[in-house]
Amino acid sequence: MKPNESKPSSGADPSENSGAFAGPDSTRYTKIQELVYELKVSDAMMRNIITTTPDTSMSELREILRANRISGTPVMEGGKMVGVISIEDFIMWLGSGKADCPIKEKMTTEVDTMYANEPLVHAIGKLDKTGYGRLPVIDRQSGKLIGIITKGDIIERLLHKLEIEYHEEEIHRYRASHIFEDIIGDKVALTFQSSVKGKDFSRAGEASSGLKKTLERLGIHPQIVRRAAIASYEAEINVVIYTDGGTITASVQPDKIRIDVNDTGPGISDVDKAMQPGYSTASEWVREMGFGAGMGLVNIKKCADKMELVSTVDKGTHLRIYIDINNTQEHSKAG
Amino acid sequence: MKIVKLSRIIEQLNLDIRNAQDQVHREVKRGYTSDLLSDVLANGEEGDVWITLQIHPNIVAIAGMKGLSGIVLINGRQPQEETIARAREENIPIMVSEMTAFEFSGRLYAMLSGTKNDEGI
Repeated sequence: MKPNESKPSSGADPSENSGAFAGPDSTRYTKIQELVYELKVSDAMMRNIITTTPDTSMSELREILRANRISGTPVMEGGKMVGVISIEDFIMWLGSGKADCPIKEKMTTEVDTMYANEPLVHAIGKLDKTGYGRLPVIDRQSGKLIGIITKGDIIERLLHKLEIEYHEEEIHRYRASHIFEDIIGDKVALTFQSSVKGKDFSRAGEASSGLKKTLERLGIHPQIVRRAAIASYEAEINVVIYTDGGTITASVQPDKIRIDVNDTGPGISDVDKAMQPGYSTASEWVREMGFGAGMGLVNIKKCADKMELVSTVDKGTHLRIYIDINNTQEHSKAG
Repeated sequence: MKIVKLSRIIEQLNLDIRNAQDQVHREVKRGYTSDLLSDVLANGEEGDVWITLQIHPNIVAIAGMKGLSGIVLINGRQPQEETIARAREENIPIMVSEMTAFEFSGRLYAMLSGTKNDEGI
């Protein structure tokens, strides 16, 4: 056993391998340190690999590096990686003033590689120790080259991950998901209503966007929020297209969301027909905007766990949708 | 199918990005070409790039609801001002292509299916 493998924590300790990610106190880990252990090489690597062959010339290499904005490529022969050629090799060749030659004369043949399922911290360590700018990534099972990783990729991935986590944290701060636990009662519901203006396409969808944001803040599962938002949006668009206006009322209960969409006319004369995919009575200009495809009610039904539609001609339409909060499975897609 | 960053699509297919320039790291697995909003709501998938000729603000609402990676307007169609304003709020990139829907979809498909590399990667 090598000395730096004697303790499980030090073999892959970022403070040994990379100063950039080291914390001052070994017992306290920063968010970045946590992430470099959590993320895998495959999470950060580039999958679109540009490769060259041993017989590619150095002058061609310049164009390949420039066109793809990369700093090196694996060199492949017969499906196998036989080396790596980098911009450093190119500069050395250029500096030497020698005649054009194939890549195989200048490439590095003893290539350090990473396995795709190793933690990122191993890649950071290896890049630091070897001084290489990039490491080819191999799939452990197949032994095949599946990607390439550079420091730039790692930094980009970490920043992206931090951004996502920061965003989630922000949502969490607003989250009122515990509201139901704090309220005592046999039946608890949180109800909110928006009005929808008829024929006003510039504002169409606002009520549903608001509903979506509220549900997100309540900490409801994203899949459920999406279904509720789509159902509400389609219903809202129907109110905008066909009526002079109406209301959308959402009632959030601990186990389900109920959405009521009510308007005061003109009503649907044949509900069965209206439920058929592609059936629409929308006017031409509405269709030109991409609405009125006759898919609205069909989409609503697909998103809802239960749907009730009652309509009386000249009186109005009442649509009630239930979405089960605990049913987070993907609903079948519309076909 | 490959996963390609939006930035690469913008560069290779000559897109003019109008807002949310900080979102180009988004990953794209698929494109969806349709001008019917309900169709996109039903069949679009999270992370899709949506190719359409619709330019009104409601396209942003659809993209937001489905978690799409961005919207490509074809034939050089210009988004309405209100559309860009909403897209800024929702952080959804709107891009303009001079190509037709047919050509753009085909070229994006070629990029994502990655037929060029014999390694299958």
